[in-house]
Amino acid sequence: MHDVLVRKRVVIAEEIFHEGGPVATKPLRRAAALAVIHNPFAGKYVPEIAGFMDDLNPLGLEMAKFLIAALGGVAKLIEGYGKGAIVGTAGELEHGALWHVPGGYAMREILGNAKAIVASTKKVGGPGTRLDVPITHINASYVRSHFDAMEVGIADAPKSDEILLALVMTTGARVHARVGGLKASEIKGEDGLR
Amino acid sequence: MKAKIRKILTFVEETRTEMGKVVNPPTRRAAAAAVIENPFAGRYVEDLAELMEIGEELGALLTERAVAALGIPGASAESYGKAAAVGENGELEHAAAILHPKPGTPVRKALGKGAALIPSSKKRGGPGVALDIPLGHKDAAFVRSHFDGMEIRVNDAPRANEILVAIAVTDSGRPLARVGGLTKDQIKGEDGLR
Repeated sequence: MHDVLVRKRVVIAEEIFHEGGPVATKPLRRAAALAVIHNPFAGKYVPEIAGFMDDLNPLGLEMAKFLIAALGGVAKLIEGYGKGAIVGTAGELEHGALWHVPGGYAMREILGNAKAIVASTKKVGGPGTRLDVPITHINASYVRSHFDAMEVGIADAPKSDEILLALVMTTGARVHARVGGLKASEIKGEDGLR
Repeated sequence: MKAKIRKILTFVEETRTEMGKVVNPPTRRAAAAAVIENPFAGRYVEDLAELMEIGEELGALLTERAVAALGIPGASAESYGKAAAVGENGELEHAAAILHPKPGTPVRKALGKGAALIPSSKKRGGPGVALDIPLGHKDAAFVRSHFDGMEIRVNDAPRANEILVAIAVTDSGRPLARVGGLTKDQIKGEDGLR
């Protein structure tokens, strides 16, 4: 059991009207919730770290709620999601992996019935490191229009003994999606893939 | 609206601890940014009036978004700043036309007061360029606890023919301000300086 010490929270919201093509009747919205926390395992090799996942659950839920609020306040508007972590240089990549379960749990909990695996990425880096958080459809990973990513980062984080945790949600497809593949309207919704 | 907006972003930061010391209440700052088409990209145009009008529109829109992102009444804002990054086919003077002649009035209208100069910065750059928005107290430029800056960046902007325009607003000064100088409770509020 470790305390989750949050130094800073950041919410980034984007509203995309067009990207050189027709202006969308309903703009695409994307948002990222970031939290900078102290890494309780920084500076040493700790064999048993998995317990920290449970400690992170409340923070994950809080971040997921921020995302819904930033995207209009209604969970059913959410169509895409993703997550990621940047571990400060006194930590190891494995510490970033601690975010998989609580980050995914939090978004599923808030979204109700999301079936698809939450796309994710992680790295070790210094303050200002940028992370391209991958995004896929919440119910079917193969929905091609919803493959996306959102770049996030914070100028002063993560410090060496910190972890920057990220959750991302979107309200729809890429603004000018037109490369075919499985459509959101064709989702069977059985296996989280198609 | 004169401005052709491709996307709007908001960034909210909340600092809860600094150097292990709790910041109570947490300091919060927000920036709202618009990515717009530069109507004068790629050619020299003498009269920049169109950009000045765009500056007026964005002054209102972005201040409103930033204040909404903080969730406070405009009058509770403590410091502010503005900045623009011009894409490679524009000139620095385009940023100046947006930032200087006209946004002051709508910004101050949204915030109730604002006797102090709105600190500003500008640059030319490519997509993802970091924009450091200077911050100063809205009623007295010499309030030392509120000298600050907020970095934002948008990975896909400004494109060559675009301008990234941002306004930042806070509800507080630096997290653990302690280098003396004029404090906010000493503001006379007559000249915008002290």
